[in-house]
Amino acid sequence: MNDLIFFFNQAVIGGVVLGSIYALGAVGVTLIFGILRFAHFAHGDMMTMGGFIAFVLAGVVAGLGIAFPLPIGFVVLPFAMVIAAALALGIDKGFYAPLRARGAKPVTLLIASIGVTMMIQGLIRLFFGVGTYSFFDSEPKKLFRIDVPIEGVTRPISFSEPQLLLVIATIIAVVALHYFLTRSRLGKGMRAMADNPDLAKVSGINTKLVVRVTWVIAGALACLAGTMLALDVSLKPDLAFNIVLPIFAAAILGGLGHAYGAIAGGFVLGFAETLAVFNWSVLLRPFRDLLWFDIPNSLTLVQSEYKLTVAFVILVVVLLVRPTGIFKGASS
Amino acid sequence: MSIIDLKGVVAGYGGAPILNCVNIAIEASDIGVIVGPNGAGKSTTLKAIFGLLTVTDGSVTFAGQDVTNFEADKLVPMGLSFVPQEKNVFTSMSVHENLEMGAFVRRDDISETLDQVYEMFPDLKAKRRQPAGELSGGQRQMVAMGRALMSKPKLLMLDEPSAGLSPRYMMEIFEQVVKINAAGVGILMVEQNARQALAFATKGFVLANGQNRFTGTGQELLDDPEVAKSFLGG
Repeated sequence: MNDLIFFFNQAVIGGVVLGSIYALGAVGVTLIFGILRFAHFAHGDMMTMGGFIAFVLAGVVAGLGIAFPLPIGFVVLPFAMVIAAALALGIDKGFYAPLRARGAKPVTLLIASIGVTMMIQGLIRLFFGVGTYSFFDSEPKKLFRIDVPIEGVTRPISFSEPQLLLVIATIIAVVALHYFLTRSRLGKGMRAMADNPDLAKVSGINTKLVVRVTWVIAGALACLAGTMLALDVSLKPDLAFNIVLPIFAAAILGGLGHAYGAIAGGFVLGFAETLAVFNWSVLLRPFRDLLWFDIPNSLTLVQSEYKLTVAFVILVVVLLVRPTGIFKGASS
Repeated sequence: MSIIDLKGVVAGYGGAPILNCVNIAIEASDIGVIVGPNGAGKSTTLKAIFGLLTVTDGSVTFAGQDVTNFEADKLVPMGLSFVPQEKNVFTSMSVHENLEMGAFVRRDDISETLDQVYEMFPDLKAKRRQPAGELSGGQRQMVAMGRALMSKPKLLMLDEPSAGLSPRYMMEIFEQVVKINAAGVGILMVEQNARQALAFATKGFVLANGQNRFTGTGQELLDDPEVAKSFLGG
């Protein structure tokens, strides 16, 4: 039983946490692809940027000496999301919109977004250096330990406060996005434009407004994901650049342009990674008398340093077997 | 006053112009039908009116206002609607949502117009929750026309509404066109099935090589031996 709890703490909680981050990132990637038809490579760095915005705001609020029952990084998150959304709009206006106005091909926009990636990373390093920051220098990171009321179980279910908040924030974001896309006039207009941009224009849908709303949502969700990731681990300039690959894999797995697919894809990727690096010999140990072979000390599918290969393999398999993704997205 | 008036319109996609001096004028009570051989510039004429390609010379006047090179998001609120020939529904969205998108430019209550459209196309009411992509070709055309009607247009432009439809659906679509017109909406449509369409047209235009060749009432064009010989297949 203790081993099962260990599995739950490591693999299930780990998978949900990682999956939430991937899902929030992949939703932004997929919305941008659906509306503007290009792979926004700089999305990871928009997440990192959001994390740093929240970090600066948290520093300001901590300086004021106000005490909160929640981590300060989480308290300032709504404000950071507003700033990140405004910056996302600015990035579009400054870099992508002029290219679109000249009728640039999607690949040109993709290359431009690689440039934006370098620019954001460069700016972050310019102001913050290459070091690692923690949101929890001035306050402790709360850990929850829940004892399982079963006899003989000594290991508690444990997770941190940021992890709990991340899952709650993800659920709220996903539900809000769902209602926006299915109930609101603008949200439906967004789906219409992703479905058929020419017809959306012919119908009189204000496509420029839809583009702006897309950046606001993508920027805000990127900030949410980046900040929560930084709260869970730590903040550094290449925080989310390192997870751009699994985020794109999640978006493609879910079918590019398909918001729900991206969420599902994010969780599939998150679980696939945590299960692949989980040490399965822990679960096999109770059965050691029944097995005909000796259980090695470490039995993982992939060593944790090579975690990214999981995303690579999934990406390659999806592209080979079902290039449109599980939910039949817009990729073609 | 004409609801739409094209005077000497020259337009193209940047290279050589496809339209060379097209003149078309119809009243709000008219059903105008544009016929002509492939490549004559029929669809291009509708696209030029709707700002989907650049008019380099001449003028487009809608309800007395010069709208040359206006884009769709300005034209739709003014009362002009367009049903493209292909890809004219949002396939991943429900029939109901397709209709709502047609009313995107409206801020008032759209329920009355929705009821009218469902009354006009009872097939759609039964399938209102179904994605438009799952419907048959004829039903999709109804969704497309319904969508265009949701903005309460003064003039409805249809690009080959009967293309690819069975004769049964073609007749049904044509009947609806006449009904829509009777309800006070001007119609300007491009048709391949020239004979059937000219039979109910109040104004007919024969285009060839981007220019007007014949203009008259539908019946006049049908009766003209030269039009019949050259453009209606004898």
